[in-house]
Amino acid sequence: MTRQAEAVAIATRAEEAAKGLLRFLTCGSVDDGKSTLIGRLLYDSKLIMEDQLRSLAADSKKHGTVGEEIDLALLVDGLEAERQQGITIDVAYRFFSTARRSFIVADTPGHEQYSRNMATGASTCDLAIILIDARKGVLTQTLRHSYLVHLLGIKHVVVAVNKMDLVGFAEERFDEIVADYRAATSQLAFRHVLPIPLSARFGDNVTMPSNRMPWYRGAMLLEHLEAVNVAVDAGDAAFALPVQWVNRPHQDFRGFAGTVVSGRIAAGDPIVVAKSGRATRVSRIVTADGDRDAATTGQAVTLVLDEEIDIARGDVLVEPRARPEVADQFAAHLFWMHEEPLLPGRRYVLKLGTQLIPATITSIRHKIDVNTQKQQPGRTLELNEIAFCNLHTTQPIVFTPYTENRDLGGFILIDRTTNQTVGAGMVEFGLRRASNIHHQHVDIDKARRAAQKGQKPCLVWFTGLSGAGKSTIANILERKLVAQGAHTYLLDGDNVRHGLNKDLGFTDADRVENIRRVGEVAKLMVDAGLIVLASFISPFQDERRMVRDLFGEGEFIEVFVDTPLAVAETRDTKGLYKKARAGQIKHFTGIDSPYEPPEQAEVTVATGELSAEAAADQILAYLTSHL
Amino acid sequence: MTETRQDIVHYAARFDPAMPRRSSTLSSHLRALEAESIFIMREVAAEMANPVLLYSIGKDSSVMLHLAMKAFWPAKPPFPLMHIATGWDFRDMIVHRDQLTSALGLRLLVQANDAATAAGSTPFNTDSREWARIMLIDALKAGMDRHGFDAAFGGGRRDEEKSRAKERVFSVRSAGHGWDPRNQRPELWHLYNTRVARGETIRVFPLSNWTEFDIWEYIRLEQIPVVPLYFARHRPMVDRGGTLIMVDDERMQFKPGETATERLVRFRTLGDWPLSGAIESDADTVEQVIAEMLSARTSERQGRLVDSDEAASMEKKKREGYF
Repeated sequence: MTRQAEAVAIATRAEEAAKGLLRFLTCGSVDDGKSTLIGRLLYDSKLIMEDQLRSLAADSKKHGTVGEEIDLALLVDGLEAERQQGITIDVAYRFFSTARRSFIVADTPGHEQYSRNMATGASTCDLAIILIDARKGVLTQTLRHSYLVHLLGIKHVVVAVNKMDLVGFAEERFDEIVADYRAATSQLAFRHVLPIPLSARFGDNVTMPSNRMPWYRGAMLLEHLEAVNVAVDAGDAAFALPVQWVNRPHQDFRGFAGTVVSGRIAAGDPIVVAKSGRATRVSRIVTADGDRDAATTGQAVTLVLDEEIDIARGDVLVEPRARPEVADQFAAHLFWMHEEPLLPGRRYVLKLGTQLIPATITSIRHKIDVNTQKQQPGRTLELNEIAFCNLHTTQPIVFTPYTENRDLGGFILIDRTTNQTVGAGMVEFGLRRASNIHHQHVDIDKARRAAQKGQKPCLVWFTGLSGAGKSTIANILERKLVAQGAHTYLLDGDNVRHGLNKDLGFTDADRVENIRRVGEVAKLMVDAGLIVLASFISPFQDERRMVRDLFGEGEFIEVFVDTPLAVAETRDTKGLYKKARAGQIKHFTGIDSPYEPPEQAEVTVATGELSAEAAADQILAYLTSHL
Repeated sequence: MTETRQDIVHYAARFDPAMPRRSSTLSSHLRALEAESIFIMREVAAEMANPVLLYSIGKDSSVMLHLAMKAFWPAKPPFPLMHIATGWDFRDMIVHRDQLTSALGLRLLVQANDAATAAGSTPFNTDSREWARIMLIDALKAGMDRHGFDAAFGGGRRDEEKSRAKERVFSVRSAGHGWDPRNQRPELWHLYNTRVARGETIRVFPLSNWTEFDIWEYIRLEQIPVVPLYFARHRPMVDRGGTLIMVDDERMQFKPGETATERLVRFRTLGDWPLSGAIESDADTVEQVIAEMLSARTSERQGRLVDSDEAASMEKKKREGYF
């Protein structure tokens, strides 16, 4: 290498060392030219290398949509499937850098059905480029993208009015579109919106000024991306560090590893464990490069504390002057990301920071139409829908509103059975301070009431198909228990639906709520010292588990009344199967709604082989030996 | 008798808690990437039952291992390293691997497809795609299954190749180790969903957001030892249709009329020596490698014969369970 080349290289590196990183996303519909725009940025930044260009030329012949020219979009449309369809279905991350900045680009799909992919891309970005086709102007999807960008907390927006070449580079058209856009998005919380007229295909105002649009005197796109300051004004934000991992290589070292998500901490500073309120001081800030005097937002460190206090993964270390909220109920915007709809009352796993806690959506306050932002009522949430909800966690969690801090206010929901990430949420506010909802202390407790009755209270839960014989067996069992002097109560599905739950139907969402209420009622009765028998089809494992979780060890006895569908249908004591087969009843378990058999029922009674009397005796024998 | 690599000895000493710490001179961009990777590694250590670091001895693996050493310091990384060996790795790579893991005091597992080797498969008599399938993919699956690993760190970067640009940081593999690009979990913020069903595993890519340039800059600034094959030396080479193959041992199968000639070359990527193409270069320091890369006109994967078959080959390989 020549000395000159080396000098150039070293000079380039010096610039490299000083520069920062900008993460931005591009959104627009299939034909707006997102991929072409990114391809243009990569192409013009001279990062497209020769062999990539060669394979691009080959690809363009196979899939290209612009005839003989090189199709820049093919540089970024990755997966084979989408190249064949000519659309971008998943977030693709691209990298380029200039002398002034490094860029990570999230190229996100525009179709409504891929909104979840767009939200994924937006979640880590600080700026959004919203593409508008100059011929089409502001469309419904432009507003949808803008709303999602706003919802995910992005403050900086570039409105890229693309394909100016196809409208004769007309200033009037550009002004009209910009005015439309500003009017339609005035309610969104953007800090800075910059409209730029450009042509991604020919490069006008992308990296070069356009002599075909002399009327535009603002910044070119790349120029703006290099210069824009997206730093949050967090100079006085309070320190917070979610503990990821406890570092304990030997007896003499105990450190708490994590990344600072807000503020700054220095050795000697006081800290508090947000949930427990225990306070101490930071004695050392440890890294493999040596101890630091201080650590700031974004740095991954290990804190050693003055005193040994109880701290584990999931705890959040904060500074005493500004403690985040600790609550088990909060309101949040929820974005649903899975084909299986959200069911209020069903239990999901919530991950927020390093906290992993079971949670339920207790109510949907309203849904939000992503296209019009209008509020509408709703009981469930389908893929790509957004709602403002109340959530409840089984234990208090630590959080701040999402608008204050993404890392302490953003969360995901995970389905407990499929392990899929099904929802993404942004906390708005806590509903009740957990410290205010201590249960009222009462002098007479469950044990006392149970002792008075001379029995161990429990819930015997009968699950099985309609017509399996649940109610018949429960009835006989209750008779036998009472004959032995027990205090009992029988909760029957049909009876409960005449009163407590008469507002509920048979959709999946209503079935979950039905079971949730019955579980809570049964809990009160067990608390009163009773042996409760509950007879409900309760087809979903998750809901039965939800009820089980309300009770202590050994208090919930699941009885699976195992009757083959064919047998139950032949019996058809209430004539319901006949109606369901005729299509007169919808959502009928076993016909057009699933039944998930228990995996670990305490008792299984096979009613195909046993009489109802014998089945009741089998359960009684279990109760006698276990209570 | 193999010579002791002094750079490795000095490097390992840096992680001794009794030694003085060295100050970091990283750019804010590299510091951000480093912190993100450390966060990812700690999440895996905290949430997965039995993770492993797939160590391929190359420059990306060197950076990944360095990040693991930093993430858990002063403790050692709470997981072992696994090398998928084919028996045809460059000798320099094996020396590097053994000296480095021993100097750092790490547990190294080596997994190979001995059955295929015993059956006589060599890179000379096997199609390159088939070779990758049996020696890398099958051996990796076998290694994961044998030790019951539920998560594996890989050094993949999104800038390497188009199908990788769309892969998640946490990528779930079915019980058969397949990847379904249409069914990836949404991955928002830095909230990684690590829950898997029995038999499923997760591939984790802590270097997802690094570029080739970032990797070399980081190696330079952090003074991370890499295999000397990355630097120009005179080596015995055979020119095969424009691809320069190094004769690393006596198993080389020459074609009629072929002989090895000394040429000044270096490698941009490492793998099995009969399948790794070298480039002619006089860059023999990290600084010169970076300078050369800045003026390079050919992207790095071109030297890997395994990948040159067709554009979407990586995606196909991944569906079959490769990293």
